[in-house]
Amino acid sequence: MSSVLPDLVMALCFIAYSMVMLLSFGGLLTWVERKQSAVMSDRVGANRAYIRLPFTNIKLVWMGLFHGMADGAKMLLKENFKPNAHDKVGYFLAPFVVFTPVLLVFAVVPFGGTIDPGALFPSLAAWFDGRTYPMQIAQLDAGLLVVFAFSGLTIIGAMLAGWSSENKFSLLGGLRAGSQMISYELVMGLTVMGLILIYGTVDLGSIVQQQSGTLLGVLPAWGVFQQPLAAFLFLTAAIAENKRLPFDLPEAESELVAGYFTEYSAMKLGPFMFSEFIQIAIVGALFATLFLGGYNLPFMNDAGFLLPGGREIALSQGVRIPLQMLTFLGKVALLCVLQIQIRWTLPRFRYDQMLGLSWKLLLPVSVANLVVTVLVQWWRGGGA
Amino acid sequence: MSQSDAEARRPAPAKAVRYARKTYWNEPTMTWWEKVYLPEVLRGIGITTGVFLRNMGKWLTGRRGAVTTYYPEERRADFAPRNRGKHVLTQRPDGSVQCIACNMCATVCPAKVIEIEPGFDANDPAHPKYPVRFEIDYSRCVFCGMCVEACPEDAIRMEPDVPNLVSDDRYNMWMTMDEMMTWRPQSDVAKPYPPKPVPLTRAPRPEGGAPSNP
Repeated sequence: MSSVLPDLVMALCFIAYSMVMLLSFGGLLTWVERKQSAVMSDRVGANRAYIRLPFTNIKLVWMGLFHGMADGAKMLLKENFKPNAHDKVGYFLAPFVVFTPVLLVFAVVPFGGTIDPGALFPSLAAWFDGRTYPMQIAQLDAGLLVVFAFSGLTIIGAMLAGWSSENKFSLLGGLRAGSQMISYELVMGLTVMGLILIYGTVDLGSIVQQQSGTLLGVLPAWGVFQQPLAAFLFLTAAIAENKRLPFDLPEAESELVAGYFTEYSAMKLGPFMFSEFIQIAIVGALFATLFLGGYNLPFMNDAGFLLPGGREIALSQGVRIPLQMLTFLGKVALLCVLQIQIRWTLPRFRYDQMLGLSWKLLLPVSVANLVVTVLVQWWRGGGA
Repeated sequence: MSQSDAEARRPAPAKAVRYARKTYWNEPTMTWWEKVYLPEVLRGIGITTGVFLRNMGKWLTGRRGAVTTYYPEERRADFAPRNRGKHVLTQRPDGSVQCIACNMCATVCPAKVIEIEPGFDANDPAHPKYPVRFEIDYSRCVFCGMCVEACPEDAIRMEPDVPNLVSDDRYNMWMTMDEMMTWRPQSDVAKPYPPKPVPLTRAPRPEGGAPSNP
């Protein structure tokens, strides 16, 4: 019994950390999006919602941070409107089908290096019995495949919402979502193929560890330096997959009211909105893991730093674990800001342009990238 | 009609015409650099990031990185001199209201927001009619300025400043005569409805100005 319990406790800790991290990212990004878009267009942004301290006249505004809570309260209190003719099962299932896979994707993303809880808390050393855990909910050999499997499920939710609402706008939005997400999923898979060839594995933990070396003597061996084109294509495809602004055809307001969630109101709309914001963080986490060295700073590994000159700086575990976790959070936060910046800069594509971009440009380029990678790897491996 | 006739009359099979999109006189022209799209995307992101960093720097150094005026708390001072904002009622040299309660402004008002209750003053033969009440519902006023144009006595004008009636309640957005006769923007927004009876600015009349609004 004592052999299973520490594993269970650590797994629950990791799950709790991941859930809290993702949900707070989702909540905070609503505020970040409001404020960032305001600052970059000479506005002030949301700053009116406040919390009044009870029995006083002190109103806490905190730069509009409470607008997210006001949104949540609004969604809970609004009328739960249902269209008269709708497919009941699909209509009620769709928000959860959209929301759940987004959270599940994070299960295989490592957010810290290997932790040895026995060494970190000496009083628990006997209980943990010298076991070490990689900071990751599920350490799967098929990590990247799981990511694609789960992120592919959100298409079903979007199409289900569009189909079951019995609304032409919703149906068109669902159709658009389906064709868009499938075509960009293809690009995303092909771009990552090059990385799989280089690292020789789909286990995300191993991919991160292999990125802690050096490349050409000076550069960190990050995926973005080994596969710069793939990094760009992956980010493009991931934003398209998330249905954010240059690619938000499935919910284009000027054409489709709100696309596939037109008929959703009150808290049923919440999962759609929230999953979009969580997916920003997920895309950031995936991009950081695959292309930016994951939870490691440049030249850093689980033992410490190994600088290009050959100098080593050892780090104790008590310093390394928080540093790695903060590094991961910082990278994800920066990538979220980048995505929001892109979203508020670029105008929406026309629908044929968007599909053409995927099939005529991104797909051939990613195939070419893959062919070149294959040839280089073949030449590196001795050619035979 | 013979077979050959019908064949001769039949139109020749249409040649395959290649569809050519109509070109407009203001057709956008793009260089190949712009058609590649990616450099322009990066340039756009550069511009927005530049604005973002500039404004963020202003916010972080204690300045305001936005052109916004926080309206109820702040009022902008740079209204154009011709801006049509709050109404004012002009006064005669003795301080009495210039208005003769002819109701022309209320008649011409497209939003029907002006309410005038006339009174009769026998002591002033030149201006026997005067308004007992003169009220404007700013929750419906469209600020068109037609009341100013219609007035034969130049009794009503519009200030550049806004009426500044910020309220959760539309019944607090009535402005009464005494407020329109003080030539400054009002800052208090708490007004009772129905509006308070207007105290007379002149000495009480013998007839007493009984309300006679049909």
